[in-house]
Amino acid sequence: MKRHLYHEQPDSFAFSEDNLARVNAEIAKYPGGRQASAVIAALWIGQEQEGWVTRPMIEAVAALLAMPDIRVLEVATFYTMFRLAPAGKHVIQVCTCVPCCLNGSDDIVKACKKHIAETPHTVSADGQLSWEEVECLGACVNAPVVQVDADTFEDLTPEQAEKIIAAIRRGESPAPGPQNGRHASEPAKDKV
Amino acid sequence: MLQDKDRIFRNLYGFEAPDLAAAKKRGVWDGTKAIIARGHEAIIDEVKQSGLRGRGGAGFPTGVKWGFMPKNEDVPHYLVVNADESEPGTCKDRDILRFDPHVLIEGALVASFAMRAHTAFIYVRGEFIRERQALLRAVDEARAVRLIGPNNIHGWDFDIIVHHGAGAYICGEETAMLESLEGKKGQPRMKPPFPAACGVYGCPTTVNNVESIAVTPTILRRGADWFASFGRPGNTGTKIFSISGHVNKPCNVEESMGISLRELIEKHAGGVRGGWDNLLAVIPGGASTPLIPKAVCDGAIMDFDGLRDAGSSFGTAAVMVMDASADVVKTIARLAHFYHHESCGQCTPCREGTGWMMRLLDRLAVGDARVEEIDILQQLTEQVEGHTICALGDAAAWPIQGLIRHFRPELERRIAARQAEAAE
Repeated sequence: MKRHLYHEQPDSFAFSEDNLARVNAEIAKYPGGRQASAVIAALWIGQEQEGWVTRPMIEAVAALLAMPDIRVLEVATFYTMFRLAPAGKHVIQVCTCVPCCLNGSDDIVKACKKHIAETPHTVSADGQLSWEEVECLGACVNAPVVQVDADTFEDLTPEQAEKIIAAIRRGESPAPGPQNGRHASEPAKDKV
Repeated sequence: MLQDKDRIFRNLYGFEAPDLAAAKKRGVWDGTKAIIARGHEAIIDEVKQSGLRGRGGAGFPTGVKWGFMPKNEDVPHYLVVNADESEPGTCKDRDILRFDPHVLIEGALVASFAMRAHTAFIYVRGEFIRERQALLRAVDEARAVRLIGPNNIHGWDFDIIVHHGAGAYICGEETAMLESLEGKKGQPRMKPPFPAACGVYGCPTTVNNVESIAVTPTILRRGADWFASFGRPGNTGTKIFSISGHVNKPCNVEESMGISLRELIEKHAGGVRGGWDNLLAVIPGGASTPLIPKAVCDGAIMDFDGLRDAGSSFGTAAVMVMDASADVVKTIARLAHFYHHESCGQCTPCREGTGWMMRLLDRLAVGDARVEEIDILQQLTEQVEGHTICALGDAAAWPIQGLIRHFRPELERRIAARQAEAAE
């Protein structure tokens, strides 16, 4: 997968005070001199702050971790959860790998095209949402699955996906997890 | 069928709380100090005797792997717990992390002690955010009551560093994981040197799957013989199976190794949609294992040797079921997209080959190909297989080889149908 930095970049980046403390706590977890181990965590925190990974952020993280810029750039472009372009406030990540595909993820993608944008990685007109196809999210017995921010919505029908998209757009936090009455990964109960 | 009293994971479905008090009621952290008191070698021997084979896919005997770690302590030793669960179809470690994290933490302590490690990294895939939070809560709980941490009640200084990824399947490969832990791109290392000699930060390291580590305290409490009483020789113990796809009740379930595929699907997953006779094929062990058609499924035994004999592989025991309505070529083409997306780009046969295989399969899925191209595809898989640093190249090749082996007539039928259509 070739991934490049976005063509428009902000002039600067600085971690907020709280986030800088979080990055420093990550660095402190590792043995002395091994601060590079915190690079994923640092970029992650930066992405949480800005919504995507920018060139000034990469340079700031490199300086903080005493790494050459290129090493941080490599990490940012290698790991696909790092967004290299502006995204919606919430990103609907639709799993389309095999178990989800067998259980109708194509229809979930259709719902995203209809309600968010025709193409992935495109911010919706209201700036609230974008969507993308992702590889296996690791909730295969609850397929099909979408992840939004930290939460997964599982055992979805296209109609439920549409409702969840609408609720997130309105700024609500719909209840995550299985949407078919199951608790988690147990076999569903027989319908009475 | 495995009885509840013999289940290692008592809270697999999260009906009870994951916290320390609830975990203790389920028997976790019971007599851990006495286990530690047995000494490094005794623990490794017991795990060897239990016959436990790695639950992450390769099936290497866990006790033997632990025995590779050096006995001296000139440099730090590390345990790395592989919680980068990303093999399509596999979602077992997720339930351990979010619902029974103390089982894993206790296992990490025992395994680290056995290998003379004072630090364990738990590498959680980036997407597992809630799972990581649950694990972090449990680690904090254990540290607060000195079950782990410096000067803990077990007399072996030990701490856990929870590390996370950011979306890269390849980091589940053990040496790619070490690179990633060190803050680099997750590109696999050449072996040798093996991690037991030169792992994270150049120190002796062992990488184990979450489930392999999590089952060890129970093995040590109940004995190697108890664990070995399940399954067949060389394929012992209990195992979490993930059953997804076209079944009536997809689920995770802990079962005895060596259960038949049909019994597993019918007893636990509510059977194949439309009945067993409506079955087309099964991918029995996660995305990288070749599919097996119904005729082979009929007699398939779910363990390492059983699926090897069936021409496939046990992998992570992630069973993906396709009924007669499934488009098997499209499914394998989807897997080819996955491997193309996840190839780390280091080795040319894999970087380029996964793209070629993907594009050819996309055409075969709609019959837009010549019959000879099926053979070209087969050759291509053989040029990737075995010619890369890590097993991702093999994993990309095997499902395609399985497709050609079992569904060549279907591929030819699609080509003929397309040609007939064009001729009209």
